[in-house]
Amino acid sequence: MSAWETVIGLEIHAQLATRSKIFSGAATAYGAAPNTQACLVDLGYPGVLPVLNAEAVRMAVRFGLAIGARIARHSVFARKNYFYPDLPKGYQISQYELPIVAGGAIDIVLEDGSAKRIGVTRAHLEEDAGKSLHEGLGSLTGIDLNRAGTPLIEIVSEPEMRSAKEAVAYMKKVHTLVRYLEICDGNMQEGSFRCDANVSVRPAGAEKFGTRAEIKNINSFRYVEKAIQYEVARQIELIESGGKVVQETRLYDPDKGETRSMRSKEEANDYRYFPDPDLLPLELDEAYIESVRAALPELPDAKAERFVAQYGLSAYDAGVLTASRDLADYYEAVARAVPEQPKLAANWVMGELAAALNKDGLEIGSGKLPAERLAGLLARIADQTISGKIAKEVFEAMWASGQSADAIIEAKGLKQITDTGAIERAIEEVMAKNPAQLSDYRAGKDKLFGFFVGQVMKATQGKANPAQLNELLKKKLPG
Amino acid sequence: MALTRAQVENIAHLARLELEAAEIPQFQQNLSRIVDFIGELERADTAGVAPMAHPLPGLAQRLRPDEVTERDEHELYQRNAPQVASGLYLVPKVIE
Amino acid sequence: MIHRQTLTQLAADLRTRKVGSVELVRAFLARIEASQPALNAFVSITAEQALAAAEAADRALAAGRGGALEGVPIGHKDLFCTAGVRTTCGSRMLENFISPYDATVVARLKAAGAVMLGKLNMDEFAMGSSNETSHFGPVRNPWNTALVPGGSSGGSAAAVAARLVPAATATDTGGSIRQPAAFCGVTGIKPTYGRVSRYGMIAFASSLDQGGVIAASAEDAARVLREMAGFDPRDSTSVDAPVPDYLAGLDAPLAGVRIGLLKEFFDKGLDPHYERCVREALAVFERLGASLREVSLPNIPLSVPVYYVVAPAECSSNLARYDGVRFGHRCAEARDLEDLYKRSRSEGFGAEVKRRIMTGTYVLSAGYYDAYYLKAQRVRRLIAGDFERAFGEVDLLMGPTTPTAAFALGAKTADPITMYLNDIYTISANLAGLPAMSVPCGFAAGLPVGLQIIGPHFAEQRLLHAAHRFQLETDWHLRIPGEYA
Repeated sequence: MSAWETVIGLEIHAQLATRSKIFSGAATAYGAAPNTQACLVDLGYPGVLPVLNAEAVRMAVRFGLAIGARIARHSVFARKNYFYPDLPKGYQISQYELPIVAGGAIDIVLEDGSAKRIGVTRAHLEEDAGKSLHEGLGSLTGIDLNRAGTPLIEIVSEPEMRSAKEAVAYMKKVHTLVRYLEICDGNMQEGSFRCDANVSVRPAGAEKFGTRAEIKNINSFRYVEKAIQYEVARQIELIESGGKVVQETRLYDPDKGETRSMRSKEEANDYRYFPDPDLLPLELDEAYIESVRAALPELPDAKAERFVAQYGLSAYDAGVLTASRDLADYYEAVARAVPEQPKLAANWVMGELAAALNKDGLEIGSGKLPAERLAGLLARIADQTISGKIAKEVFEAMWASGQSADAIIEAKGLKQITDTGAIERAIEEVMAKNPAQLSDYRAGKDKLFGFFVGQVMKATQGKANPAQLNELLKKKLPG
Repeated sequence: MALTRAQVENIAHLARLELEAAEIPQFQQNLSRIVDFIGELERADTAGVAPMAHPLPGLAQRLRPDEVTERDEHELYQRNAPQVASGLYLVPKVIE
Repeated sequence: MIHRQTLTQLAADLRTRKVGSVELVRAFLARIEASQPALNAFVSITAEQALAAAEAADRALAAGRGGALEGVPIGHKDLFCTAGVRTTCGSRMLENFISPYDATVVARLKAAGAVMLGKLNMDEFAMGSSNETSHFGPVRNPWNTALVPGGSSGGSAAAVAARLVPAATATDTGGSIRQPAAFCGVTGIKPTYGRVSRYGMIAFASSLDQGGVIAASAEDAARVLREMAGFDPRDSTSVDAPVPDYLAGLDAPLAGVRIGLLKEFFDKGLDPHYERCVREALAVFERLGASLREVSLPNIPLSVPVYYVVAPAECSSNLARYDGVRFGHRCAEARDLEDLYKRSRSEGFGAEVKRRIMTGTYVLSAGYYDAYYLKAQRVRRLIAGDFERAFGEVDLLMGPTTPTAAFALGAKTADPITMYLNDIYTISANLAGLPAMSVPCGFAAGLPVGLQIIGPHFAEQRLLHAAHRFQLETDWHLRIPGEYA
């Protein structure tokens, strides 16, 4: 047991999947040529004014309702003032004292299977900044403001996580949730979903929090884990060697696997927040909030519970299958098409299919193998046309060719042999060819049973129905 | 209330203004006068009075439909820019 | 003499082809050119575009088409963005800034057929009460060029007073339409906050700024305002309410209108000559059948300190965008990013703008926000409440626009507070978002005096009506400085 307790709070920034920006009619599409999606409002041109995007509001409310938070009937946009080249106006429009979402919680499952509830302090709407590019410009930095003004919700947790693993589980859960809600594409490489981690340590059992460091802009689950682990170790080492943790902003360097102090943010910031006079208070009424609530999809926790009840899955499997809405929908489509075999469907979706997708770097929603195709294969296992082992072969062929299971079974002649006479004949041939093994078996070497199974399968190109084969061998081998 | 030179320098830094050494006493004097002047507000009894951020009462923020209405005009917009290359606004190197 | 006609008359003569727009534009351009050395009212003169627009207007008028102001020459205060035309805001920062877009006000007046002759000089970023903070040199008062025209819309007021344009756009954050209108003997109206779109109006203090018009008469102002006003989806603070026809009912009798004399405006700071003119004007209203009574707004004396917290706070943030990166002045050979910011901004902004940015930065900074910014916003509500109570008893409030007539150049530049106190009577209407006017009502020691009229929210029509009836009884608004008559 460590003498130190880790305390972590996360601030997750999720870009909202709107078509246009939060305060302007410029497009939000990723990857456009520099500054081609930065309009006058995004550039902070003299005289321009912000007008709030209805969809960004709806998405923030959707999130708030999904985590059981209070939706503010009255919230206010504020200016956060600081100078930075990727911040065109010299201030970021955000929410400060009165955010749109307050309170709420996210349930996570820990490694040992136990559950933990992490409080969400608040979630507020704000605009994203642009990007600074340093490569190939010598002594200069290039500014691309395409991202400036992209709507974000910043989701601020309570400092309730006690390990890097918990932080990752929380972040993953939020990631799952925002994609379920279709409010964020969750693309971490493109920066659509990223987080700042506030990390501190304190002596185990202490009440008071230690001084925290804020690790900025981490954009992968793996980096969150590594960055926190590094930072915790750094802080403990620092304190144990008589040093003091300073409150500062740090950056995680994935190449070196370490965090370092950000020089540019060293000075104490005085953001001079005040209500943005260009925007009026955002007022939401009950009817609006209820209409958003009515349109909420089934959420991951509820869906997992239903999968356990309806399909008899284990909690673990249900959790895996509900990790994304696409995956859950896919599973349900398969399970419905093979109604007697929900567990078989689960095993295939989490097993063969997941492996194949992973190998090719594809997403479940890629359409590579539609659910009805996979269901077609599982139906042939269920009706004993093929064995599970042959099914894997069929699956590979399906994956490669895009053909249906039936077409492949037909073309390759993989249909299972269920004719007792044919299997008996094959067994007799194998017994005749292997007299030594047969006499050993009869002398008590039971282990050789498997040898005979293998030989018969080989002789039938794997098509003998395994159950029948077993039964017939048991009858015939003893003589 | 007289502002110290250090306060004036700190304010100027926050506002990203460079004051010449010779100008500072003048700003210090002016700002001290202004701060004294606005200090009169202290006299007002505002117990229970909510701050008023907008001059019109009862108005709420209007919402804009989520539609892309702007086209790429970066060449036009960048005509006012002091230094651009390949569509990027250029600044001295930013060290993170 | 074409320039002595009111805008109303000119619009009618254009319509009936008694005069052509090209002819008018040439005549006014010649007056502008001739006045520049003495008055410096314009920062940019857009003769070429104006003549092209006038030719188009003449064609439209000949075909019996065209908007309500078709072919009428006007000037725009140089903080309204004008596409393809330099928009400086009176600052070195924007000395070479060519706006890629039109402000909503500019677009609306263009659509109504008005022809822009140029961009009018102003205090830098509208911060000033004398037009002395302009990077392009001070504007001078056409009544006496040793005097200031007032500010910040000094160019607009001086240009209309000298009949260089029949009307001009202007903006008012703490009196910037009314005070120069009073100093120059012209009519100016600041509408209700939210009545005129702020889109494309370069911001000084967003919760106080409001666009309006300076013209020779209330009727002319109404004619222009009618085209400028109205909801704009690009401005979240623009009010979505129909705009009444400001010209309708201007001639209706004033009988029964209840006028409140704003007690606190007749204080010891008010020049006695100025006061006499204002009281004589009030007597005219009484003769017209209005009733007068004194009304006290006890929190009004705190308007100036409230304003000098709120306006600088908002300006310190609004002006942060001028950083030398995307537009505006950039210093030469910046050593690093901080040097780029600091030198670009210090070179680009003048002393008054810097003072206000620093004041605003201070009142918003950690430890002072509650004591200054929040406190000021609370007192602001008290002031708004005073007005609300007053308008429960009276239809209009009246008083002087300024404590004194125009002062000499350089007279108030030494101490910022002295200059700020010149706006003591005008600031409260901005804090409460109320419509307010200044109407010429006499001369004190040979200099124009302004009567201020303040109404409840969206009562522009009531203001214009009262002013128009007053102008039917008086001819102060028709007086033109000798040299320009």
